[in-house]
Amino acid sequence: MNKILDRFFQLSTLSIALFTLLIAGAIFGVLFQEAKPAIDAFGFEFITNSKWAPNLEKFGAWPAIIGSILSTSLAMFLAVPVAIGVAIFLSEIAPEKLKNPVGVSIELLAAIPSVIYGMWGLFYFVPIIRDTFGGLGIGLLTAGIVLAVMILPFMAAVTRDAMNTTPDILKESAYALGGTKWDVIKDIVIPYAKAGIIGAAILALGRAIGETMAVTFVMGNVHKIPSLITDPTTSIPVALANEFAEADEDLYFSSLFYLALILFLMSSAIIAFAKFAFLKRGRKAK
Amino acid sequence: MTHTQKRVLINKIVMALSVLSTLIGMGFLLWILSILVINGIDAINWNIFIYEGAPPGYEESGLKHALIGQLLLISVSTIIGVPLGILAGTYLSEYGGVKSKLANIIRDISDIMMSAPSIVIGSFVYAVIVAPMGNFSGWAGIAALSIIMVPIILRTTDDMLQLVPSTLREAAFALGAPKYKVILQVVLRGAKTGILTGVLLGVARVSGETAPLLFTSFNDNFLNTDLSEPIASLTVTMFNYATSPYEDWQKLGWAAAFILSMFILTLNILGRVILAPKKKK
Repeated sequence: MNKILDRFFQLSTLSIALFTLLIAGAIFGVLFQEAKPAIDAFGFEFITNSKWAPNLEKFGAWPAIIGSILSTSLAMFLAVPVAIGVAIFLSEIAPEKLKNPVGVSIELLAAIPSVIYGMWGLFYFVPIIRDTFGGLGIGLLTAGIVLAVMILPFMAAVTRDAMNTTPDILKESAYALGGTKWDVIKDIVIPYAKAGIIGAAILALGRAIGETMAVTFVMGNVHKIPSLITDPTTSIPVALANEFAEADEDLYFSSLFYLALILFLMSSAIIAFAKFAFLKRGRKAK
Repeated sequence: MTHTQKRVLINKIVMALSVLSTLIGMGFLLWILSILVINGIDAINWNIFIYEGAPPGYEESGLKHALIGQLLLISVSTIIGVPLGILAGTYLSEYGGVKSKLANIIRDISDIMMSAPSIVIGSFVYAVIVAPMGNFSGWAGIAALSIIMVPIILRTTDDMLQLVPSTLREAAFALGAPKYKVILQVVLRGAKTGILTGVLLGVARVSGETAPLLFTSFNDNFLNTDLSEPIASLTVTMFNYATSPYEDWQKLGWAAAFILSMFILTLNILGRVILAPKKKK
């Protein structure tokens, strides 16, 4: 009796575990199948074609892809230095009394839903950009900054965790040799935690590129490559969020699925790269 | 300037930059938090809990529909997602172990799924549930949220079970217990606080999801508890109200943002408090 129950329990947990694999496979399969008409109609030219005109049934993903790449690059450019600065502060400089409260509040901020960052961007940041740089205030620059603020807490927390893994004894040895704090950080902590720091940045990149709500409010969803940094543009998730519920033609739908497929592949590749190249989380095979 | 002076100076500059970036980062975040609290408290009143959505300009408009819809969506996805995640995680840790190829593939795929853009999961659910059924529905939203939740619970369960000392398992085996009993009564029990934390964090994460609900559960301006129909959620309501040109709707949007953030922060803090005493041992 116990044997049967044992077998039953093992098989049921196994099938559920396999089910998660199945879902991941199904996401890819279904997106591909739904995108098939657009793939047949436009092929790979879909990616490099910059005309997105639903009324003419012409679809090209180039502006959305460029918009995704530009907004995430801008966000990374702004957020990476600040995140590393915060991580250095939390792991090496902050007095013990500050470490915990600041660290915990940063972690809690990472949990605030991105839609709220988007709302903040729309109501408080857009006017500032509009007044300082002119234009609508809605566009690439605003999207990049809102995205940077959104990924900052996550990246700072993960980078700090990576830096905290540096053994104290290594740092103490360097201090004993007369190193300043910066010497210790640049010669001991950063080299030791390098893989973790790069991994954190790439994970943040993966988040930023798929982020929808923080940027949907402030990007404008205009399928045009921006000529000015303050111009409205679009990105793949923004286009999906704005147009999915409106699409009426089959080819329009299929093109949106094609966009979703491209986004899914891009983000999976980024995450997989971060995991395998930098964040071998130690399979704990101690 | 001597070499030492130069090093000390550089050190000071870097320290200052690091403190500055912390101030900048914390400044932005405090800014967001304060506008959230100020606008939220300003917008909250009893009407919000009593009334459903109304056209702009009406005194008697509230968020009752979205609050109840949100609770319904989150609780049903939790009921579906949590057991699936825990059981799959149990397989990985107890039957797969750290060396099993299959288990490691599932771990890697879950990691990728955990960071997959949630809007992509929304479009997947649209294709497999909304399109065949012919209408947006609460069930579609629940499916999307469960797909997002399972990998989170699966990975924490897996990690937490691996922390249970193997001597505990051996002791139970030595008493003649069959494996399923060892797992259910010893291993899972030993890791229950860790798993609970994972569940809380998973629920918190899913509660803030907006993108996958936009075209699955869609929205409804009135109270609806029928899951086969479109259903309001706080997040989508917040998005619609905030992007509307009406001031009273925007105000309701802030109220929704405030309530949702407090809920999510409470879950996160609860998760920490539960896990905290264990860390100290």
